[in-house]
Amino acid sequence: MGERAEFDVLVVGGGPAGIAAACCAAEAKLRVAVVDDNPALGGQIWRGEPASPGTSQSATWYQRVARLPVHIIAGTRVFAPVGPRTLMAESEDGVCELAFRKLILATGARERFLPFPGWTLPNVIGAGGLQALARSGVNVRGKKVVVAGTGPLLLAAAAHLRQGGAEICLIAEQASWRRLLAFSVGLARHPSKLKDALALRRELAGVPYLAGCWPVAAQGKEKLDSVILRRGAKTWNVPCDYLACGFHLVPNTELAALLGCRVEQGRVRVDDFQQTTVADVYCAGEPTGIGGLELSLVEGQIAGHAVAGHLDAARGLFAKRKGLRRFAAGMDRGFALRHELRNLPQPDTLVCRCEDVPLGRVREHSSWRAAKLLTRCGMGPCQGRVCAPAVEFLLGWNVESVRPPVFPVRVESLIATAASQSPS
Amino acid sequence: MPDLVQMTINGVAVRIPRGSTVAAAVLLAGSSALRRSVSGELRGPLCGMGVCFECRVAIDGRRHVRSCQLLCREGMEVTIGG
Repeated sequence: MGERAEFDVLVVGGGPAGIAAACCAAEAKLRVAVVDDNPALGGQIWRGEPASPGTSQSATWYQRVARLPVHIIAGTRVFAPVGPRTLMAESEDGVCELAFRKLILATGARERFLPFPGWTLPNVIGAGGLQALARSGVNVRGKKVVVAGTGPLLLAAAAHLRQGGAEICLIAEQASWRRLLAFSVGLARHPSKLKDALALRRELAGVPYLAGCWPVAAQGKEKLDSVILRRGAKTWNVPCDYLACGFHLVPNTELAALLGCRVEQGRVRVDDFQQTTVADVYCAGEPTGIGGLELSLVEGQIAGHAVAGHLDAARGLFAKRKGLRRFAAGMDRGFALRHELRNLPQPDTLVCRCEDVPLGRVREHSSWRAAKLLTRCGMGPCQGRVCAPAVEFLLGWNVESVRPPVFPVRVESLIATAASQSPS
Repeated sequence: MPDLVQMTINGVAVRIPRGSTVAAAVLLAGSSALRRSVSGELRGPLCGMGVCFECRVAIDGRRHVRSCQLLCREGMEVTIGG
């Protein structure tokens, strides 16, 4: 048996939403823990920053959480509930039971990947993925990088990689100029967003940014050599070291779904106080809908105040949240995926990278469940986190299915889970 | 001088800046691929954040460890290509 720890509030996820939630709950004198599978706090957007904060905003939050008696459980992955108000988690050292009175899920988002010929070649990496690797020690100095896909993350990733010395060949954004323009008009209502966008534009001066442009194939033998891009009727080849490619973000709703929280249209449903449809389980940040850093911080604070019963403090943030959610809705419209992307994968293009299942075999079936059972698509270690959102877009299937453990774990961990579930 | 960690990748000694993840160490050591897929394709990291499992390697004999989420440690033995 592993150890057991009890807290008033357990926060799952140590990104901005989790940090904000933990701060507000701990400032109300509650005993708070944050559990995260990464080596340190920060989530993806602030990855690697505790040692050297990249912005005054992240520094402020790191200092705030560091001053509080918040228990940080890093390098530890929650994988299943055991009994009421207890989660099992696994680290390198073994398993532990984390018991709580209130739970705040701040599990963030992942990139959406879409299959196209060659997308499984080494050095075809997510846009946020390559940024994360660069923050984890990968040296991109002098590397030629094509950044492609969709969403504001492309600009942030490109700027970060350029700061690290990479040569950004171009940024290919699949959204049309017309949609981007409509989105930009919305930016004007959000001064802080506009400021960020202009700063990125400055950092990327001289880098071609092509709207209505997307990758149709990655080429190379044992690793990537070049990318074929398309824009309108034109197709051309760009030699590069890395293709940093992601198609916006997908909320991480698996743990919420496993706990019985209602998930609608890929988002965890919450009330005004960020409480899910399960009592005492709250959710903040990207799992409730992709909204970005500011919205994550606000939702995190609302959840933190709410679990402490400080409802007026929570209410004080409702108006700010409303404005940011409006901005998020504009982002969804601006970066909606164009239908041409459905034609990128060929019948032999792999959709499931864990089990190497090509699109042609998935298409033989009529539902996600049938395809899973008969082709093993989505049945590998990532449990469909990569291929399910792609299949949802490509084939229009309902791909929601979740079961414990939410991540593959060691056999010892499963045995410990069974032991703690059995009546003693 | 940067603070370096000494470790091995497939038996070859490498020195990697402290604070790097194992995935970064493998890429710094010159390999783009970390594993072979079930049909034998070479694969490198995709998501960089612990979701896709493409970066899994064996560390000190323990298999299926996500190298993008683990920091390099002195004396670590990493096996890639499995």
